[in-house]
Amino acid sequence: MAEPGLGIRIQGLHKRYGTGDTAVEALKGVDLAVAPGEVVGLIGPSGSGKSTLLKCLGAVVEPTGGRMTLGSDLIYHDGWRIPDLRALRRDKIGFVFQAPYLIPFLNVTDNVALLPMLAGRPNREARAAARELLAALDVAHRAAAMPSQLSGGEQQRVAIARALINRPPVILADEPTAPLDSERALAVIRILNRMARQYATAVIVVTHDEKIIPTFQRIYQIRDGRTHEEAGLGRMLE
Amino acid sequence: MISLAGRDILHASGKFIFTGVGLGLLIGVTLSMAGIYRGMVDDADTLLDNSGADLWVVQQDTLGPYAESSSLYDDLYRGILTVPGVAQAANVTYLTMQVGEGARERRAMVVGVVPGGPDAPGQPQHLVAGRHLTRGHYEAVADLMTGLRLGEQVRIRRNQYRVVGLTRRTVSSGGDPMVFIPLKDAQEAQFLKDNDAIIHQRRRTAANPAFNRPGQPGTLEAVLASQTVNPSVNAVLVRLDPHADPDQVAGEIRRWKRLTVHTRAEMNEILQAKLIATSARQIFMFLVILSVVSAAIVAFIIYTLTLGKIREIAVLKLIGTRNRTIAGMIMQQAVGLGIIGFMVGKIAATLWAPIFPKYVLLLPGDAVRGFLIVVVICVLASLVAIRAALRVDPAEAIGG
Ligand SMILES: Nc1ncnc2c1ncn2[C@@H]1O[C@H](COP(=O)(O)OP(=O)(O)O)[C@@H](O)[C@H]1O
Ligand SMILES: [Mg+2]
Repeated sequence: MAEPGLGIRIQGLHKRYGTGDTAVEALKGVDLAVAPGEVVGLIGPSGSGKSTLLKCLGAVVEPTGGRMTLGSDLIYHDGWRIPDLRALRRDKIGFVFQAPYLIPFLNVTDNVALLPMLAGRPNREARAAARELLAALDVAHRAAAMPSQLSGGEQQRVAIARALINRPPVILADEPTAPLDSERALAVIRILNRMARQYATAVIVVTHDEKIIPTFQRIYQIRDGRTHEEAGLGRMLE
Repeated sequence: MISLAGRDILHASGKFIFTGVGLGLLIGVTLSMAGIYRGMVDDADTLLDNSGADLWVVQQDTLGPYAESSSLYDDLYRGILTVPGVAQAANVTYLTMQVGEGARERRAMVVGVVPGGPDAPGQPQHLVAGRHLTRGHYEAVADLMTGLRLGEQVRIRRNQYRVVGLTRRTVSSGGDPMVFIPLKDAQEAQFLKDNDAIIHQRRRTAANPAFNRPGQPGTLEAVLASQTVNPSVNAVLVRLDPHADPDQVAGEIRRWKRLTVHTRAEMNEILQAKLIATSARQIFMFLVILSVVSAAIVAFIIYTLTLGKIREIAVLKLIGTRNRTIAGMIMQQAVGLGIIGFMVGKIAATLWAPIFPKYVLLLPGDAVRGFLIVVVICVLASLVAIRAALRVDPAEAIGG
């Protein structure tokens, strides 16, 4: 289990969309904890609240109750506890999406180096850090390519590099393997595991991809707005 | 730092250049319109400069000789010469008409001047070739724009004139090139009636018993002779002594000769405010319309480009990019488009200016003003797209 105050900790999280008769109770008291260096799966049927949970964790949707801790920061406790959510997302959370959503007019290196460059870090430094990550993800040879020239698997690895560039304590991955074949999907999961260990990052992977579900050590099953913890197979197919 | 806008422009350079060229042609037209207006003002100025006059004496209560017709007796200048402060006074006629024949016929302003050197008011000041009018008849000094060459013959009304000198930028306020001919010839060209009219008039005069009295045979001859001379000119151009005050001398001539006198300043006012004013308003209308069209094009293109990037913008916002950065990116793209457009427009306007039949004067100051207006228009046009981008919810980047 996660050490208190590190990784991701969620307690009794509620989210209600709308008010009155049309209100939808998407999250009805979610409890979840992910330790630094750990990758957990979040699974559940469509409409069960997976995306809502990710949006709350990503600080783009405000919960209606409960408590969230990211890394060493209490970010939500019956109200946001962080004044600048944008900076929180930039510095503390890495996002990986179903589609890589790379910036089409920037090359691979600059896609990865974008955030630090926009934050004012010298371009050379930011690009060096980006190349280091690209090397760790085995896409260094595509560093100068444009996103449109990459395969799906390569794009997804670049997207992971982008998510890692600020060394966030948390990575939120939304169906990161959906468009990939099983070999590439497993490669992405292996990389996420390696990165999680290497950078002590807590990783949540939302998925309903049968190919990768067996790889998780722990799985949160979300049903009807509530989480149920399960032991996974933890099978890393080498 | 990294310029997102610059990178996007480079990446989609085809789209930007294509749009920029289209916009540029519009801007080129706009600059040319401004240039045409400047050209008209300059033509008017040049017209006044070339006349070499300090005062224009014209028919009473007219705005002549350029803005209204004016007719004076051609001996009035003698009286004007006696007014203190007047150095020179010379008759002049102006008549815009077709000169030449057949395919070489073109519109020109025929100026009748007293033959003499370049010092005489009315004479062209600077020749680019040949000499001034010196003989009393049948020679001409023509503006280069007429296409005439030295030694060539040109037909004006019934007579042939030999081109003895050439000038540059001597044009009427309407932009027609000038052809200078001796005053007597010009009076004939302007006031002479055709043969039928003369015969008709002779018959009427002869039939009038007041002129055709039996026992006084000389009377009819004298009347007929006085009818065929042309004692009229359009204006008297006056040059003043170096230290004379134009307003004072003008007042003097008005008082004693009961004529209308315009000073250089008043003439300027007449040409600018009365003659050019309508064209200027017309051009201004075009400028406004072209600005609106340019703004619409920039707004539409930038808006479309932005909508094509909504998903990326949502991602940028989700991963923590400032709104300022995103707005800056869009605005810089719009301004980039404007800069491309302005460069294309400036080049186009410069290249096609000589082809215009009228003088197009492209002032650097107008280019600078035009550039600033383009930038302002682009910034305003990008606001629609910026609004759309800022309304994108970063949560949209995470699947539903
Ligand atoms: N913006 C929203 N407004 C209203 N209801 C929403 C909104 N987003 C999601 N919901 C509802 O919340 C529930 C959970 O949705 P979601 O989190 O997207 O589930 P999942 O990602 O597991 O499919 C669903 O019933 C959905 O209709
Ligand atoms: Mg979902």
